Amino acid sequence: MALTGAVRVTDAVETPAPARGSKKGDGRAASAFLLPGAIGFVAFTAFPIVASLVMSFFDWPVLGDPTFIGFGNFVELFTTDPVFTTALLNTAVFVLLYVPVNIVVSMGLAVWISPRIVGRRYYRVLFFVPAVTPMVGNAVVFGLLYTPRGLIDSVFQTLFGVSAPNFLGSSTWALPAVVLMSVWQGFGYNLLVFSAALDAVPPSLTEAAAIDGAGPVRQFFSVVLPLMSPSLFFATVLTLISSFQVFVQPYILTGGGPGNSTTTLVMYLYQSGFQNFRLGFASAIAWVLFVIIMGLTAIQFLGQKKWVHYDQ
Amino acid sequence: MTSEALGTRSAALSADDGTGTPGTPGPGGPAGGLVPQNRKKRPPVVSQLLLTLALLLFLAPLAWMVLSSLKSAGEIFTTPPKLFGESLLFSNYSDALDFLPFGRFMLNTAFVAVTGTVITLVTSALSAYAFARLRFRGRDSLFLVYLGTLMVPQEVVVVPMFLIMNQLGWINTFQALILPWAFTAFGTFLLRQFFLTIPKELEESARIDGAGHWRILTQIIVPIAAPAFAVLAVFTFITYWNSFLWPLIVTNDVTTTTVPLGLNLFLGQNGQAWNLLMAAATISMAPTALLVLLLQRYLVKGIALSGLGGR
Repeated sequence: MALTGAVRVTDAVETPAPARGSKKGDGRAASAFLLPGAIGFVAFTAFPIVASLVMSFFDWPVLGDPTFIGFGNFVELFTTDPVFTTALLNTAVFVLLYVPVNIVVSMGLAVWISPRIVGRRYYRVLFFVPAVTPMVGNAVVFGLLYTPRGLIDSVFQTLFGVSAPNFLGSSTWALPAVVLMSVWQGFGYNLLVFSAALDAVPPSLTEAAAIDGAGPVRQFFSVVLPLMSPSLFFATVLTLISSFQVFVQPYILTGGGPGNSTTTLVMYLYQSGFQNFRLGFASAIAWVLFVIIMGLTAIQFLGQKKWVHYDQ
Repeated sequence: MTSEALGTRSAALSADDGTGTPGTPGPGGPAGGLVPQNRKKRPPVVSQLLLTLALLLFLAPLAWMVLSSLKSAGEIFTTPPKLFGESLLFSNYSDALDFLPFGRFMLNTAFVAVTGTVITLVTSALSAYAFARLRFRGRDSLFLVYLGTLMVPQEVVVVPMFLIMNQLGWINTFQALILPWAFTAFGTFLLRQFFLTIPKELEESARIDGAGHWRILTQIIVPIAAPAFAVLAVFTFITYWNSFLWPLIVTNDVTTTTVPLGLNLFLGQNGQAWNLLMAAATISMAPTALLVLLLQRYLVKGIALSGLGGR
């Protein structure tokens, strides 16, 4: 429906074909080109963002009338709601474990898959596969690995004669298990980003450093890494943002348990909004998440001046 | 001619560029015969072997999924682990399909993903052209508004979006799965950045010949920007295909259930039947996995091109 509308609007543009030289600019053409996208953008992006902020100040049930309660939802979140505190903490731990491990693994493999490796393209793409298969599928597969008597447990019994921990049933192990699964699933993106950046480093520079007596380690940290710092910065920012939104992995693997040991912010948002139907409360959680993400992204952008080198 | 020039530019970023270089002794010149140079020529057998082992370990979960999907229920848990059961039970796949209609789910998801991708490409191309090529008042501030929304996580809009869908009576409809995510600023942003790199001179002669904006966009810009469109198309498709949180919220009926949602349903209703669950997982994961393996060249280039990453 929106699609045919889009085509019809732009067909209309062809007839006037405004002259480029006119001082007035291309206002009419612009509105025709922008309209189809802008209607959807306002309806499905801009309006819901504003509505979400408004809703966060209401007690908003699915049925019945909303009541304005000021900062009530936020006060509840930060003072009387133990689950939210746990979810916030779990999310922080997840991010602190996931982001560095993801970056180090993807960077390490990107370097490892050097030009001397035969068939490097295939290695890269195979490491990338779980990044594009449905997360639900990836999580279900790891469920079979982690479960008691599953693959990991059975390997433990065979090799060491003892059972592996009950990864998903233990509040100590569950979150690290979710992190491990997430790293396995997600680092392929950054691997491809870093590989592209590495390939763009001119070999003459590392060769020059080698002639000056720099070993491989020194070459990497003093020459290669500064050159690819924009990619590293960009990847870190995006990885951090997405890791704060972790939901599917704990939802499928643990359901947030045992207890609330793997409940994340987005999972709590989902439970509050769509299982307990507290829509205002859920919106408040969403805005806390948004503010955290915005703040950390801003800090990273301020900090980049110290270590990111832009060439041109 | 122009598309060729572009091809070489992206080739410089592409993965296999390095393989061409060993033959050219080039920049080393007189100093080229130094020891570190020679040492580098040795084929890295050990390194390659270890890397292959790492890759196999990495792929083990997926291999175990496929192997388990062919076992009988009793052979799932064994100590020591066994790769194969007594026989290969391909019937697990038809049993899984009997339990839940994954064929239907796949059709649903394909429809949602393809329609969503087409709408995204069309509206993004139009908006991107306006932002990159047209002069109008408030252009830069409007673009800034678009940009600003890029940082907003999906979770922020999910709650009001659910109310909107409810109000429209769109729960359990395809449009509820498609439309909310077909107008995000990302596509506009990506294409605009690419359009800006296309030299304006290419359009001048067409303009002198009296071509309007519509013709310039469709006959000059779009063909040149084909790689950017391809990247946007593939990633939009994959995002739609894998989407979980939103379908979970607006769908609870088989007629609109998507593949990830179907797998979640299977887990909830028949999660103890691990062999069938693994068959269902294999069915769910095969399409996008194959897509990536088939389009690998494009994807690697595209990620270099757009810096898409971080997921």
